Amino acid sequence: MKQKQSRPGETGFSRRGFLKGVGGAVGAAAVVSRVLEAPGLARADEITREGIRRVPAEGLEITLHVNGQERPVTVRPDQTLLEVLREQLGLTGTKEICDRGACGGCTVLLDGRSINSCLMLAVDAAGHEVRTVEGLVQDGRLDPVQQAFVDSDACQCGYCIPGFVVRSRALLDEFPNATPQQIRDGLAGNICRCAAYARIFEAVQTAAAGGNG
Amino acid sequence: MQPFNYLIADTLDAALAEYAENRPVLKAGGIDLVDRMKERLATPAVVLSLGEVEVLRYIEPEGEGVRLGCLTTLADIGRSELLNSRYAALAESAGHAATPQVRERATLGGNLCQRPRCWYFRAIHFHCLKKGGATCFAVEGENQYHAVLGGGPCHIVHPSNCAPPLVAMEALFVVRRAGAEERVIPAREFFVLPSSALDRENVLAPGEILTEVRIPRAPDQSATIELREKQSFDWPLAMASVARVDGRRWNVCLGAVAPVPWVSEEAAEVLGSADITPELAARAGEAAAQAAQPMSDNGYKTQLIKVAVKRALLKAAGQEVPA
Repeated sequence: MKQKQSRPGETGFSRRGFLKGVGGAVGAAAVVSRVLEAPGLARADEITREGIRRVPAEGLEITLHVNGQERPVTVRPDQTLLEVLREQLGLTGTKEICDRGACGGCTVLLDGRSINSCLMLAVDAAGHEVRTVEGLVQDGRLDPVQQAFVDSDACQCGYCIPGFVVRSRALLDEFPNATPQQIRDGLAGNICRCAAYARIFEAVQTAAAGGNG
Repeated sequence: MQPFNYLIADTLDAALAEYAENRPVLKAGGIDLVDRMKERLATPAVVLSLGEVEVLRYIEPEGEGVRLGCLTTLADIGRSELLNSRYAALAESAGHAATPQVRERATLGGNLCQRPRCWYFRAIHFHCLKKGGATCFAVEGENQYHAVLGGGPCHIVHPSNCAPPLVAMEALFVVRRAGAEERVIPAREFFVLPSSALDRENVLAPGEILTEVRIPRAPDQSATIELREKQSFDWPLAMASVARVDGRRWNVCLGAVAPVPWVSEEAAEVLGSADITPELAARAGEAAAQAAQPMSDNGYKTQLIKVAVKRALLKAAGQEVPA
């Protein structure tokens, strides 16, 4: 099992960062009061328990590690990683399609594992390595999976393809010589409504057979 | 999603103290909760994340059995050589739940504690019995995916596909609460029928967190069969987990057919501790389906119970399973 790559001093948000954020939160009263005054709950700015970090409802500046870069970004707890990647970081290769984890269009790599960014809160990505389809390109060269999709002409409308590519990358990282059955099972979380499955399958098989770089 | 304040626990003790005192909504992988928040079915003011409590992520052999931390992902359960070789019934169902991407974030504890997937419960416009209303809309409505066992008055099926194998393998669920000794609950006593509680699906009391699953003894044989309409991102129409522990009698637990993982005493009675033959497996399946009381559109589940039980027994016994 791969270990979470948390790097001391470089994690997305530190305890100190939180304290700074909390200070800011107290100032931003207008937005916050509606949420903090929810009945039956302690005011969130009074919670000062050891071992608990707090992200106030109106947001906090955190650092996301995306495609090898540190990207400072202010996020609210109710924002998904997908939303922040697309709307705030301009990484629109990751697609929003079903927004419920059913289609795979929003697949990104989190510490090398493929996940649905639509079901993940952006704040939860702090301290982890995020890689999107844009980040698969290294030194201007396409990832072998991307190249195989191009060579196989494995798309029709193309909207689902970034999700397929990223998921295929994770699959081949886990099973470099994936069998046809492993490819079928491994891509079961991605849907192509044009049904370009035959060529997608062919592309991933080609990438697997080619040692996938 | 409606805005909320987010608390991230770094330690289990901090999480337990915070949960006991302020009752935030708990989140592990968030697969179920984020979905319900997007649908406005859950609008918590404060959410407490357990996701960074790394000490709850483990698969550790202990004595004759194994202990699993409740933050272990379904993907890691599916990958585990130990679980695949000795606890096949669990590894198979965890390793095939939902989709590969969902399994990387979905946790064991979250799978066991997720809310029902009934489409009336999940649709905000239906103020159903489980949401405090007066009616279970499945009774007169679209009930093809609802329960055939359990007797109502709410007819959900329990959504966890890790629960039936754990019940069959006689697992124990470890529950923690601030300032209290751990509470150890046999898996089959963890889940509650709608006739005893409508607003929850398990015995967890306020302030209690499910932290560990223990399987005290690896089963001699075990298997799970799930019968599905789609192979991906779907819940089974019916499933059966079977296990024989310590040479004693077979346990048979059905999934997706009742509001709780359904222990079939009828099937266990037929099987005793006997070695499996195709005839015996078929008779056990018939027995398991006997008590089914289908509604207008889910009669097919009675047949699926028979097939799932029969195939699970054949698979556990290493015999040929019809495709």
